Amino acid sequence: MSSVTLKNIVKRFGSFTAVHRSSLEIAEGAFVTLLGPSGCGKTTNLRMIAGLLDPTEGEILIGGRRVNDVPIHKRNLGLVFQNYALFPHKTVAENVAFGLKYRDIPAAEIPDRVQSALDLVQLPDVGERYPKALSGGQQQRIALARAIVIEPDVLLLDEPLSALDANLREDMRVELKRIQARIGVTTVFVTHDQSEALAMSDQIVVMSAGKVEQVGAPEEVYNTPASEFVANFLGASNILDGRCTDRGGGTVTIEAPIFGRLSIPAEKAPNLAGEGAAKLVVRAEKLVLSTSEAGEGAVSVPATVETVDYQGQAVRYFVRAGETQLQAINMIDEHPFAEGSAVHLHLRPQDCAGLPG
Amino acid sequence: MSVEAREARQPWILLSPALTAVTFLLFVPLVFIVIYSFWLRTATGAEQVGFYLDNWREVLTDRFYRDILLNTLKIAAITTLVCALMGYPAAYFIARSNANKAMLLLLLMLPFWISYIIRTMSWINILGVSGAFNTFMIWIGIIDEPIQMLYNETTVILGLVHFLLPFMVLNVFVSLDGIDINLEDAANSLGATRWQAFVQVTLPLSLPGLAAGSLLCFVLGAGTYITPLVLGGPTDAMFANLVFEAIITQLNWPLGSALSLMLLVVLGVLVLIYNRYLGMAQLMKGLG
Repeated sequence: MSSVTLKNIVKRFGSFTAVHRSSLEIAEGAFVTLLGPSGCGKTTNLRMIAGLLDPTEGEILIGGRRVNDVPIHKRNLGLVFQNYALFPHKTVAENVAFGLKYRDIPAAEIPDRVQSALDLVQLPDVGERYPKALSGGQQQRIALARAIVIEPDVLLLDEPLSALDANLREDMRVELKRIQARIGVTTVFVTHDQSEALAMSDQIVVMSAGKVEQVGAPEEVYNTPASEFVANFLGASNILDGRCTDRGGGTVTIEAPIFGRLSIPAEKAPNLAGEGAAKLVVRAEKLVLSTSEAGEGAVSVPATVETVDYQGQAVRYFVRAGETQLQAINMIDEHPFAEGSAVHLHLRPQDCAGLPG
Repeated sequence: MSVEAREARQPWILLSPALTAVTFLLFVPLVFIVIYSFWLRTATGAEQVGFYLDNWREVLTDRFYRDILLNTLKIAAITTLVCALMGYPAAYFIARSNANKAMLLLLLMLPFWISYIIRTMSWINILGVSGAFNTFMIWIGIIDEPIQMLYNETTVILGLVHFLLPFMVLNVFVSLDGIDINLEDAANSLGATRWQAFVQVTLPLSLPGLAAGSLLCFVLGAGTYITPLVLGGPTDAMFANLVFEAIITQLNWPLGSALSLMLLVVLGVLVLIYNRYLGMAQLMKGLG
């Protein structure tokens, strides 16, 4: 188990820069997620930590030791791929034992280690079978067992859940987190799925176009996005152009269309220095539709429901207030509002966030 | 007509042109050959229709035929081995090159645009007494007299390797190209060096392609008569040359038929053994 440090890392492929100069500190034992859309450089970062790619500039440290020149087979990392990458010509037990053969482990001890790894991923009885006889979810558990049985310093997970069915993905997410917590290995997880990132991570690194947009705990990244990109990528947000009119006394005042003047807590707009152009970020689920006016502590704006996107326990509305279309995700109380209904939008200022304009 | 009946008929309708061709161009002639092999050619040169085992007795007991058959299998085996050793690295290189894969495959197919006979004869211009190699060596003064390099077993094998190498490369390539590149990365991450990862993962997974390529090279090599005719000496005849000799030169169709059936059976047994252990599917992939 070790910390991972990326120092001033740059990765260029020819004239294309996949990762712009960035630094990253991953604490020992932490579960850190690199989150972003495809092509944002998250996998490039992971492959550089793994040793599958060499950084063009900068240093990579694992456990405080510079590993730029250490080949992949000497880095002692566990690597799990999206497509499992199990050896199809070897049994499950042979797959799991693969990494142990290259370590100073007495041959007699190998079967026990393999068995306890299979126990850990809750597939104790499949050792004699071949990977193709297992389901996708089972194969990914075996891939995980193969990666952790070598007691790696760092566990690297490259979109490990993306190839699984939706239901299985959520089960595996809990399972993966449980196993990681049990063995306490430093983990770098790459995904484009925000819900995976929010559910599993100690820290999320949001990336876009080769740059790090924000680093923070899931709640922090979700509630206080550092940029418009982060606000849009994690969850659904309404972003309104406005003006910051005042900062002080623990609050920031933003004047935005529709909602007028809102005083939001200063910590929800850390990058907003003072007066000037600003953006108001309103999470879709914080915008509540109602038949009546709001009570104390919330603003209320009349609007018309334009589109209803029914999702079972929740519903996504597109509403029009004046010239502006907004989206709102509400839990359903009895029946959803019908298209065309006149409603009131309720918004509590402390649920908003502010960004520089 | 019911839907089921129509659906049941459809494959046969689609297959009928090919089945017709196979029946009349392959199966019927083969039946003729089998029948011929039991006829007899009399001393006058006339063919005697009937059921005689004389040809088969001669083919199966004469040591001359046995020795040439064994020599043919030996040359085919050496050719296959050389093709495997030369073709595998080339196929690996093509399979692992990202940008130029299509271009490299095209280059590999390029020789097929030129007749195999022309390609074989080109070696005479390269290695012959007044060929490029000798002329160059005399010109730069390393030798005074041209070296006789042609018309021996080595040049036969050289010609066969030249002819068969693309088949080997293509088959191995198809096999390697189907292997998930992540497997080697996974093996590396688990502690295997690149060589260990190759031996443990890539090589075993590519064996079906290597086997398919080897079978093709062996069967095509063992059945050739052009290469020994063009590049071999008087003692380098291969088995198919005997068939050629019997049928074209001596006009002894019954004996030629028995000889060609014998080669067909030997190579057929090889294909059956291959099919028993590896299946034909891999071979089809390589040819497709």
